[in-house]
Amino acid sequence: MSRKPYVRPVTAEWIFRHPRYVRYMVREFSCLFIGSWTLLMVWGLKQLAEGRAAWSVFLDVLKTPESVVFHVLALAFAAYHSVTWFRLAPKALPVQRGEDFVADGVISGAHFAVWAVLSAAVLLLAGAF
Amino acid sequence: MARSNKPIVWGPFAAGGTVTALVTPVLILLTLLAGLGHAPDLLAYDAMRAFAGHWLAKLALAGVVFLSLWSAAHRLRITCYDLGVRADTRVATIVYGVALAGTAASVLYLTRI
Amino acid sequence: MSERAIELEVLRYNPETDREPAFQRYAITCREEWVVLDALNHIKENVDPTLSYRWSCHMAVCGSCGMMINGEPKLACKAFLREYTGVIRVEPLRHFPVERDLVTVIDDFMEKLKRVRPYLMPKDVKALEAGEYRQTPAQLNRFKQYSMCINCMLCYAACPEYGLIPKYIGPAAIALAHRWNQDSRDGGRAARQPEIAATEGAWECSFVGACSEVCPEHVDPAGAIQQVKIKSTVDWYQEHLMPWLKK
Repeated sequence: MSRKPYVRPVTAEWIFRHPRYVRYMVREFSCLFIGSWTLLMVWGLKQLAEGRAAWSVFLDVLKTPESVVFHVLALAFAAYHSVTWFRLAPKALPVQRGEDFVADGVISGAHFAVWAVLSAAVLLLAGAF
Repeated sequence: MARSNKPIVWGPFAAGGTVTALVTPVLILLTLLAGLGHAPDLLAYDAMRAFAGHWLAKLALAGVVFLSLWSAAHRLRITCYDLGVRADTRVATIVYGVALAGTAASVLYLTRI
Repeated sequence: MSERAIELEVLRYNPETDREPAFQRYAITCREEWVVLDALNHIKENVDPTLSYRWSCHMAVCGSCGMMINGEPKLACKAFLREYTGVIRVEPLRHFPVERDLVTVIDDFMEKLKRVRPYLMPKDVKALEAGEYRQTPAQLNRFKQYSMCINCMLCYAACPEYGLIPKYIGPAAIALAHRWNQDSRDGGRAARQPEIAATEGAWECSFVGACSEVCPEHVDPAGAIQQVKIKSTVDWYQEHLMPWLKK
């Protein structure tokens, strides 16, 4: 009896084999939007440092249709990053109280609560309304 | 097998992922509002200069920029590998390089405010 | 008890005659309450005795019958026919070389399992006469879920990183190392770190989470791996930034 194990090749199509892998990729792609928005803000800091006129240019760029579309997408992806991050937090940081562990929902819920309060505080302090 | 030095890059990634999860969405909302013509008061030139002029704000901004760029870079590195790009060292150099360059630039601009 | 006509499409591979695997279809009559393993056994006993596959307990505790069923890693003894419609596709567990038909070469996992030393390395070695090690329910619960692993390797089939990086030590091995690290009797964490905190250890994980989703025993290897990452990171920074601190 001779052995000849067959190795099945691995291609990039693994991403589409199940919705969970697609969701994972969407989560990972959020980094492109978060990263590029942050770089846009670094440019904004440059404009802020250069003076009133340069800052106006920055605000004008924000008003372009391309920027608005980018921001809507970035907001969606950033929110998805937040939601997935907070839902996974209890897995990485289990809290044992006595014999049992604090329920995942409580730990995630605490993260979401902080997120909501912090966001509201920022909006208030920034004078968004 | 020896213990890896991955914690050097993973530590800031985990911190950055947490920071971006907490503050990035609301900050994007602020600049989106500005783009839609409802710029929050803070984004007016004088308000921003006053805010970014404070050393504590500079420190916070630089920290947030570094952690945001680093965690995005680290995730992009992993994503490239997931998509079949095998040149991990080259990808890592590029992505972390951009993150550090962006951080250095932001520090430079902050010192000028 | 009623019957059901089922069609199974099974990936066959004979190393002595085939260049590569190919599907073979079987049309059989099954009992309503059967699992895929029952269907395979029926085929082997009545239709095609050459069909090869691993199985043993038929009750989801031995971990032998892991295979891809309609593209999902499942235990064949726990995959009920009533959950499926149409032709059921059965393939060997993904990310392992195919030995023959549904039998995979599992040497890689066995070797990795050995490397993490999944056994008690007592913190305080007690002579037998000194009596048992005692644990409170709280100490037991700290590692209990990770002890439920049946080594079925469904997590390795689900993990895309293991598919892309064969050197990756993998979910079950890390979860089992974590099980012992969390055991209050154990003092072997330092011995296991060179394996699970290596680059090919927990660091290849990108927290896809598929491993925990397919685990039939709800071990949550993904959680174990993240906990290992965090502990290893804290260790690293402590060692490098505050080397005077004893662990």
